[in-house]
Amino acid sequence: MMELLLVPFMEAAVRTATPLAFAALGELVAERSGVINLGLEGAIIAGCLGALVAAGLGGPLLGFVGGLAAGAGITAVFAYFVISLRTDQILAGTAVTMLGLGLTGAIYRGLYGSGGAGLVLSTIAPIAIPGLSAIPLVGPALFRQTVPTYALYLMVPLIAWWLRNTHAGLALRATGEHHEAAEAAGIAPRRVRWGALLFAGALGGLCGATLVLAQVGTFSEGMSAGRGFIAIAIVVLGRWSAFGTALAALGFGAAFALQYLFQALGWSLPYQLFIALPYVLTLALLALLRGRATAPAGLGS
Amino acid sequence: MLMDVLAALWDGAFGSAAAFWSATLVRATPLMLVGLAVAVAFRAGVVNIGAEGQLVLGAIAATAVAQWLGAAPGIITIPAMALGGMAAGAAWAGIAAWLRRRSGVLEVISTLLLNFIALALLSWVVRGPLQEPTGIYPQSSTIAAGAHWPFLLEGQRLHLGFAFGLSLAAASWYWLAHTASGFRVRVAGAGARAAASAGGVDVARTTFGVFLISGACAGLAGASEVGGVTWALYEGISPGYGYTAIAVALLARLDPRWVVVSAIFFGALEAGAAAMQRDAGVPAVLVQVFVALVILGVLAGTQLRDWRREQRLVARAEAA
Repeated sequence: MMELLLVPFMEAAVRTATPLAFAALGELVAERSGVINLGLEGAIIAGCLGALVAAGLGGPLLGFVGGLAAGAGITAVFAYFVISLRTDQILAGTAVTMLGLGLTGAIYRGLYGSGGAGLVLSTIAPIAIPGLSAIPLVGPALFRQTVPTYALYLMVPLIAWWLRNTHAGLALRATGEHHEAAEAAGIAPRRVRWGALLFAGALGGLCGATLVLAQVGTFSEGMSAGRGFIAIAIVVLGRWSAFGTALAALGFGAAFALQYLFQALGWSLPYQLFIALPYVLTLALLALLRGRATAPAGLGS
Repeated sequence: MLMDVLAALWDGAFGSAAAFWSATLVRATPLMLVGLAVAVAFRAGVVNIGAEGQLVLGAIAATAVAQWLGAAPGIITIPAMALGGMAAGAAWAGIAAWLRRRSGVLEVISTLLLNFIALALLSWVVRGPLQEPTGIYPQSSTIAAGAHWPFLLEGQRLHLGFAFGLSLAAASWYWLAHTASGFRVRVAGAGARAAASAGGVDVARTTFGVFLISGACAGLAGASEVGGVTWALYEGISPGYGYTAIAVALLARLDPRWVVVSAIFFGALEAGAAAMQRDAGVPAVLVQVFVALVILGVLAGTQLRDWRREQRLVARAEAA
């Protein structure tokens, strides 16, 4: 009985966590370079539409490429403002998010009309990994997922290793801690930040593409639903480390998936409680963690 | 084609007395109140991007107060709604202010998260405690006629909230420009460390207070929408006024006097966009794109001006 309830819950938790983790890993890299990217939400929604349009033209693979490109493209606007023009990061990010939400809404209506009969794609199917998916309880949750989840499993250790052990990773962290000192050491902070932001934008786009291609199958206005902002909070909760970020994303996935569990248990609580729960949890955790000792010292400057 | 669109936009905003007094200024009202909330906060260095949530809380509280007072005379109900909205907005902002002061949680993140919680709360109250008695529609019942905020002009929809907006703009301009506590706010915003060491300003306390005032302004905007426009509470009570307000405040260069002008400009844009969608088939979401472009434009413009000033100073120094 317990297994009947827990397996779908854990599967849903991992499924919901996947796009969040992509966005949060991108934000992690941006923040380690010293930039807080509030335009992430805009990159996600751009990725949603880019993926849908591209997948409609040439299948799911092109869809993912379209999502990555759309996310990186809109984030380039943000990067130009904060790196080249050196404007305020918070305000430029807010504007880019609004730009993404507005543009995608207008473009979608332009392409498919406002009647709601837009483009609907069949979502990509989960692949069960032989052997591993047969492990009781955690097997199906971790190893009966779609391709993006498996890509995530590879990406988390890769980013952790890259940040810690490569020259480029060191340059990135140095830029985030103290960009003048990094410059004195022969690093080009602007180039580092451009790279970090384009990567962050592409991962934001991947978050959107995963939502559309692996989960929803279509686009609706504002479907990013604040995931970009949640991802920023996830990075804080993950203490700016790749594994921490992935773990925090999983926690969020579980918080979102609780509603399925409670429905299955037949508890009738107002569903808005579950919508609010992840945000409330984040605030509570942020308050408990206190201080920002592990944040990159130069974040936001 | 473009001329048709622009003509529809202009007509919707200024084309007739009704367009101006009943559409443009009615939409400018919440933008003015929330724009002041954002401007005052930014002046103190408080990045309150949670005005949307504070507005929603204000709307919920004002509706609850109006329902609770029922058929009481307007002279009691209307001030009670305004005060209730302000208190709720301030309390909602207070959560973020308290988190910032006590645990160092960035208000950028906390206010954004609180926006989502506020929307969930709104979604619940219009299906739960404040739902209309038949329980069919996700909205409150209409507030009593006595609780409707009075119109300012015969036959037009412009209401008391606009007068509140103008008075608050005047008051906050005077406060920031001509009082000692307003001066403390400005120095706290200009440089927290210098304000504390050289000016003896208690920065934490000053910004905490400004945060609450900012929330109260946004909460009043919510009360004003319920009392003056919708007369009921429902989920779409704010089409993102809290976010547009950032553009309103920036375009006004955070000066309360200019917030009035800038709010009317964006009010005209929103009113015109509604007409544009109706008459020319252009989606109103494009307004959001325009708002974003205004913010980016102001940011770029400010930066260029600062660079030029810097260059002039360098040139002067070299000449001397």
